[in-house]
Amino acid sequence: MSEQEKNAPYLDKRSSRRTFIKNSGLTVGGVVLGGALGSLLGKDSTTQTHETGVHSTATAVNFNQALMYFDKAQFDTIDAAAEQIFPKSEVGPGAKELLVTYYIDHQLAGSWGLNSKEYMSAPFYPAEASSLFGHQTHLNRQQIFNLGIEALNSEAAKQYKAKFSEITEEEQVSILQAFEEGEVTLNGAVTSTYFFALLKSATIEGAYADPLYGGNKDMAGWKMKNFPGHQMSYANIIEKDEFVKIEPTSLNSQHKH
Amino acid sequence: MAKKLPKTDIVLAGVGWTGGIIAAELTKKGYKVVGLERGKERKTEDYLMVHDELRYQQRNEMMQDLSKETLTVRHDRSKRALPYRQHGSFLIGDGVGGSGEHWNGLTYRFFPYDFEIYSKTVERYGKDKIPADMPLQDWGITYNELVPYFEKFEAMAGISGETNPHPEVPEVKYPTVPLKETPSMKMFKEASKKLGYHPYIAPAATLSESYTNPDGISRAACQYCGFCERFGCEYGAKASPVVTVLPVAKETGNFEVRTHCVVRKVLHTNGKATGVLYVDTRTGEEYIQEADVVVVSAYALNNIRILLNSQLGSPYNPESGTGVIGKNYAYQMTSAASTGFFKEKEFNLYAGTGSLAGVIDDFNGDNFDHTDLNFIHGGNIALGHYGKRPISNNSVPKGTPTWGKEFKDESIYWTNRSLSVGSQGSVMPNKENYIDLDPTYKDQFGDPLLRMTFNYKDNERNQQKYIRDITTKILEEMGADIINSPGDQEDWDTTKYQTTHNTGGVIMGADSKTSALNNYLQMWDCENVFVPGASAFPHNSGMNPTGTVGALAYRAAEGIEKYLKNGGSLV
Repeated sequence: MSEQEKNAPYLDKRSSRRTFIKNSGLTVGGVVLGGALGSLLGKDSTTQTHETGVHSTATAVNFNQALMYFDKAQFDTIDAAAEQIFPKSEVGPGAKELLVTYYIDHQLAGSWGLNSKEYMSAPFYPAEASSLFGHQTHLNRQQIFNLGIEALNSEAAKQYKAKFSEITEEEQVSILQAFEEGEVTLNGAVTSTYFFALLKSATIEGAYADPLYGGNKDMAGWKMKNFPGHQMSYANIIEKDEFVKIEPTSLNSQHKH
Repeated sequence: MAKKLPKTDIVLAGVGWTGGIIAAELTKKGYKVVGLERGKERKTEDYLMVHDELRYQQRNEMMQDLSKETLTVRHDRSKRALPYRQHGSFLIGDGVGGSGEHWNGLTYRFFPYDFEIYSKTVERYGKDKIPADMPLQDWGITYNELVPYFEKFEAMAGISGETNPHPEVPEVKYPTVPLKETPSMKMFKEASKKLGYHPYIAPAATLSESYTNPDGISRAACQYCGFCERFGCEYGAKASPVVTVLPVAKETGNFEVRTHCVVRKVLHTNGKATGVLYVDTRTGEEYIQEADVVVVSAYALNNIRILLNSQLGSPYNPESGTGVIGKNYAYQMTSAASTGFFKEKEFNLYAGTGSLAGVIDDFNGDNFDHTDLNFIHGGNIALGHYGKRPISNNSVPKGTPTWGKEFKDESIYWTNRSLSVGSQGSVMPNKENYIDLDPTYKDQFGDPLLRMTFNYKDNERNQQKYIRDITTKILEEMGADIINSPGDQEDWDTTKYQTTHNTGGVIMGADSKTSALNNYLQMWDCENVFVPGASAFPHNSGMNPTGTVGALAYRAAEGIEKYLKNGGSLV
């Protein structure tokens, strides 16, 4: 790729920012309206060219690919399970390539893994909990993942005498199906159905959340879905009859410009 | 021992839309107002990194921290209520501006029928139309009496809209032109028209053009960025308390907001409030703020909780049907929404704004004949273009697996090829749907949590069946290749987002025996306490409530001023 081609999307972006400012009707009598926008537009737009050069380098090391919560064996188990939930296909990359398991690991290490913004006071009545009332367990997501991973491996050992990450894809899928159906007993106050639902939602999140969280590598999840990510304005697109494909940008472009 | 603070004219428990409106109106008149807000300060600059679906939509960045306070839920009185441990069915905001910061911005007026629902139902269908367990009530005020207050709210917020063409719906002239129309909205409108309905573009609090309101506040036009509901607006284009009424109140020098301050109860002796007891959660210290008028202006559910924990007003008793605090809790239902899949068309569904919609009211209110129908009221039907984000939108035709290769490829294929025609179904009051205090679970201060006893009743289940056929018919007319229409309404699912339109519990009316507030939202039992908010609704209509909440807040502001001048009960 020539230097010019590499820079092309960013040049486009810069000009679309200009178009945005010109067309958005945000200035009235020369006064910029809207507090937050004022500070955005005040920045020197030329600074973004050298900044963007950094993350367009294909060989750049991704310092995000490191573990905060899982151990290596837990990582391998979830990496295999997530890939079955969101596999690589003709349409594009799967969970592994998108670094979904790093995303899940990072989320588990923080407030989501610890249920810190949820009501976790006793008493708990897990037996009375129907799916209509949400979780009613004293376990947080870190503990539920630990139990789930243990059970994935013990099922694999029982049925196929191997670790979950080492059995065939078909075998992995059949174990995950049993988890989804609630047919596996986890050694704790939670069902395999609940663990599976957590794993599934986290996998989808890791594929499509802003890459700032460690998944959706190179915005490849968004590219598959034709989702443009963070854009300033669609005022010129909203009425258009034909589909408008836009090269996605992430929140990195918002912060580092 | 709580520290006593110097008395003020008015203290607000909660600084969202209703508190903000009251603060703006009364500080302009020279009254001193102290606003107590349990969450943090907010400003437009906070939203610079707002295009973050994970943080705002999945992790509910702007919502109440449920580890500190939540409620318990159950379907009926025979069961134990279980805590609402994580956000699901509805999302309660906190922080300055409250739920008014993260709302969609759809701003309707309830119908004339709504305010006199009991009388008009009896007049048209006879008394037998109302089931025995449905405590249907007039609101103690008519639509025509409320029109000036609706106009005030719409002018302040700069509502963009067009006149509803339905012959039964009163004409409204909005201060700004309607939002732009998308191709899918056009399809919806054309199909609805062909079916004989009356489509229009929904009234929106996201500005269609630059606008300066009567208070001199100027705001920019909406950019259709696709991050609106559950998100704050980085442009200030979405009307919220932070960009409209609160700056007006602050400008007067008569308004003080204290953030991180949780009101635990209203203090009162001999039927008169003296002030409120609150905790500054940063220092952990307790304070008493004395005031001539106490305004309970938190979110609808929290209003009920503050009153029950204050032992103010008589708690509702579902056994006898007596008592008023906690009575007529109502919700909405969205289960009549159908989804259409279009093979030949790809729409720009990533774009949009929270209030961009084509809508019809042909099956809402009493705009259609209910003589041969087994329910009253109805719901609006709309095609919204709110901005589809990739984590939360993975529609696939029925029968597709929910994970694995086929799910992945199908969900990606249909991302920009599926449209939903939704309905916001009204909920009528029922004797068995109510709110009281939970006997077991407590909040961070050891105060009892609210207990919600709610389920959909026959009226709602029948209504849903009827409306689901219409949403399906519209999608057929729009040319959808596959249509998924939902099954019958089942028990209320507290984990699935439906709407944040919780209403009732501190209802207004003409009679102190059957309502908690008069039509100035002044408590019958305590004349210097006013309780604005959707908690005042005796039933819930088939549309978004904020327009009506706003109008009633302007009405309450007028009442508070009258009370401060003359004292006594205003009605």
